[in-house]
Amino acid sequence: MNFPILSSLILLPIIGALFLFFTKDKNGNNLTAKYVSLFTTTVNFLISIYLWISFDQSTSSFQFIEDREWIDGFINYKVGVDGISILFIILTTFITPLCIISVNNTVKTRLRDFLIAILIMESFMIGVFCALDLVVFYLFFEAGLIPMFLIIGIWGGPKRVYSAFKFFLYTLLGSVLMLVAIISIYWISGTTDVIKLYELGIDAKYQNLLWLAFFSSFAVKTPMWPVHTWLPDAHVEAPTAGSVLLAAILLKMAGYGFIRFSLGLFPVASEVFTPLIYGLSVIAIVFTSLIALMQEDMKKLIAYSSVAHMGFVTLGIFTIQQQGIEGSIIQMISHGLVSAALFLCVGVLYDRMHSRLISSYGGIVIIIPKYSILFMLFTLAALGLPGTSGFIGEFLILMGVFKDNFLVAVIASLGVILGAAYMLWLYKRVVFGKLVNKDLTKMVDLNKSEYFILSCLAIPTLFFGFYPDPLINTMEVSVGDLINVYNNNLINK
Amino acid sequence: MNNLNLVLPEIFISLSIMFLLVLGVFKKDSSRLIFNTSLLVLFITAIITLNETYSVNRITLFNEGVVIDHMSSLMKIITLIGAFLVLSISSSYLKTFKIFKIEYPILILCSVLGMMVMISSNDLIVFYMGLELQSLALYVLATFNRDQLKSSEAGLKYFVLSALSSGLLLYGCSLIYGFSGSTNFDIIASQLNSNEYVLTFGIVFILVGLAFKISAVPFHMWAPDVYEGSPTSVTLFFTMVPKIAALTVFIRFLYVPFLNLIDQWQMIIIFLSIASMLFGAIAAIGQTNIKRLIAYSSIGHIGYTLAGLATGSNEGIQSSIIYISIYVIMNLALFSCLLMLKRNNQYYEDIDDLSGLSKNHPLLSLSLLVILFSLAGIPPLAGFFAKFYIFKTVIEQSMYFLAIVGLLSTVIAAFYYLRIIKIIYFDKEKERYDSDHSPWLKFSLTFSTILILLYFIFPSQLIEVVSRINII
Repeated sequence: MNFPILSSLILLPIIGALFLFFTKDKNGNNLTAKYVSLFTTTVNFLISIYLWISFDQSTSSFQFIEDREWIDGFINYKVGVDGISILFIILTTFITPLCIISVNNTVKTRLRDFLIAILIMESFMIGVFCALDLVVFYLFFEAGLIPMFLIIGIWGGPKRVYSAFKFFLYTLLGSVLMLVAIISIYWISGTTDVIKLYELGIDAKYQNLLWLAFFSSFAVKTPMWPVHTWLPDAHVEAPTAGSVLLAAILLKMAGYGFIRFSLGLFPVASEVFTPLIYGLSVIAIVFTSLIALMQEDMKKLIAYSSVAHMGFVTLGIFTIQQQGIEGSIIQMISHGLVSAALFLCVGVLYDRMHSRLISSYGGIVIIIPKYSILFMLFTLAALGLPGTSGFIGEFLILMGVFKDNFLVAVIASLGVILGAAYMLWLYKRVVFGKLVNKDLTKMVDLNKSEYFILSCLAIPTLFFGFYPDPLINTMEVSVGDLINVYNNNLINK
Repeated sequence: MNNLNLVLPEIFISLSIMFLLVLGVFKKDSSRLIFNTSLLVLFITAIITLNETYSVNRITLFNEGVVIDHMSSLMKIITLIGAFLVLSISSSYLKTFKIFKIEYPILILCSVLGMMVMISSNDLIVFYMGLELQSLALYVLATFNRDQLKSSEAGLKYFVLSALSSGLLLYGCSLIYGFSGSTNFDIIASQLNSNEYVLTFGIVFILVGLAFKISAVPFHMWAPDVYEGSPTSVTLFFTMVPKIAALTVFIRFLYVPFLNLIDQWQMIIIFLSIASMLFGAIAAIGQTNIKRLIAYSSIGHIGYTLAGLATGSNEGIQSSIIYISIYVIMNLALFSCLLMLKRNNQYYEDIDDLSGLSKNHPLLSLSLLVILFSLAGIPPLAGFFAKFYIFKTVIEQSMYFLAIVGLLSTVIAAFYYLRIIKIIYFDKEKERYDSDHSPWLKFSLTFSTILILLYFIFPSQLIEVVSRINII
């Protein structure tokens, strides 16, 4: 290990944010701030691509490890990536610059502060995905609450205060139990280092409680039914860029946490609680899909569809099959791209007409055709049409579930149909039909930056839909190894 | 008497007090001079303490009535630095209310002397002497703005209730003396017969008195009124400095003479801790005055400190001391912000006065943001690490109930901290406040905010200092 590449990934956005701090807003428009933040995040993206290229796919062990003494003899600052976490890091560094470009149209006041919040958010999220020590993970996991609270609260819609509080307190409540569990692990096993814990395993008699404590945090963050209610509120009130970050990356922290910690550290308990996860996931898939059908607000609809999609993810993770877990990871990446794009699509309409109600649109296909095409692409990707990345994820997950439990798989497949129903119905009502409002004719089609962002998201969605090999090759060995660790610890304890 | 240099700080500070008193009487208009000299005295005392006692392992003096060890020297230094910072930032506030008088710094010096005696005490009588010396000075300080009704009320309330608790404390001392035949902590420890349940009564009475001094629930009633009524600079002093001294006595009293009776007092401390954490968090939600809110939040924070004490281990004591040190810094930062809310020679203390602060005063609001999130215990700020150390030791002793209640009350407490942040950042702006502040005020705010913000880079240093403390 020569150059601390992961630490520089984490630090770079913070340095950019510090730099922004010294620029000045002029009438709410700050070009320097925009360029600086765009530059930092793009550089970060390039570094992460370099990381991916130099990543050795043939080994399952963690790479680019940095290990420094931090709190004497107790916690080390330890970061590293394997085939699973590297994909999330790339997702993060890919989405953030797009968020910053989209800020152009959506954020009108205090642009500089907004960009600072997004940059700080980015470094915390990267930190979450490469932390290899439980305490370091917790630190990044929780710290992300601060910028997100401000993003929703300062730049959000009319009910922003309520939503920001709900978001913050819900997630904090879930996380404090995880802190108790982390400290308990330290006293039980004598370390919080994830790699060592993988080898040592944790005594089976403690696993159930510890698993539940971690679950309470991840379930809120995923979010799983019935603790999902913060998500629609937060999404509806957050500014577009905030929704994108929330949907595309923040929700993935929990899925990642399930894979890395719940499976890796507590196999005995995971075995015990798999029926619980199956039950909650299936309820989430069917129930929230039905709720999504009834929504009148577009953002809310997509928010509920996120809950349903995350239901598939948790389902896939706890199949503990190679296909299931790989499918979950692809589903998370795909959902990151697609939900980001869908929120941006809603944002495009909202910027022009200042309404998110489905009923105030109709027949816009004649007026803004470019937009309608891209919107259709993402609608189809969200419902999992073959040829889009959404299909690969759902297909692999269902394959894993069918091996494990036939009934659950059948009900979950029903969710796919419901997903198609609400997405297509949404598209039909907004884009086709009669013009409901004369003002709609004044709408202009996508401007350059919007076009650019949506195309950037469309390309990987299609590419990985046809050719998912780069993703699967990267994670295959690591997922296989994780399942080995799982089985070993299951037998030994 | 070869070791007189060990009490040199106390001797120096008492001589200075007498000298300054005489100077104040004979020289007219000397308040500025005395103010600055007092600052210097506190600073020099801190240096003497560092020089003379820091490396001492454990020595008892004066017929074993006074003890100098790592804990006493560290706590004395924190007390002195705390008093120094409080005094340095309070001058402009005092001038605004035209109470910039010679008595103010001298009273602070007196109470600091009392606290130093308390911190070093190894004997019930010495401890009581120090306690009364600091309390008497504090009563006067609370009423210092005597033309204001609220300030006089605060002082009187504090005096009456504090006298009551002192009475209880003395009664407890007499019970303990009656059953062990000595007032010295070490001798009590060796004479202890745990079957004497009357002894437990003695412990309980003393604990009640001490709980009153650190305002732990259910002996907290005085705190909100006194904090609200006293001049803000005095409130700052109340929230920081006496608590350090009282906590030290708390530790010494529980862990030196009565460690063997841990079964008797552990439940009491756990109860005090849980009650303080929960009550502090819930009662603060409805407050509209910042000083009252800080009173309740300080009750909550004392609850966490007590949680560390309840463990009965050396690590627990260390984590409590770390907690109170970080808490002192956060409090200093918070009050520095409060002292900056000044417009047309008037100070503002309502939470609504903070409305929309971020538009006019971005830097001040940013510091407040950092401070409040730190008080709420959100990583990666210093407040999180303080709580982290506490819960680490609590969980080590398998006290899961205490840990979970404590962490849940942080969630409740987060609500009212968030409410302030909401008012600062999300609400409509009001008039600007003055922006010309004294350099001391700016310095203390910047210094403490940076400490809070960057604590996570070097968390080991504080632990290293505290880990020398070895009571058991």
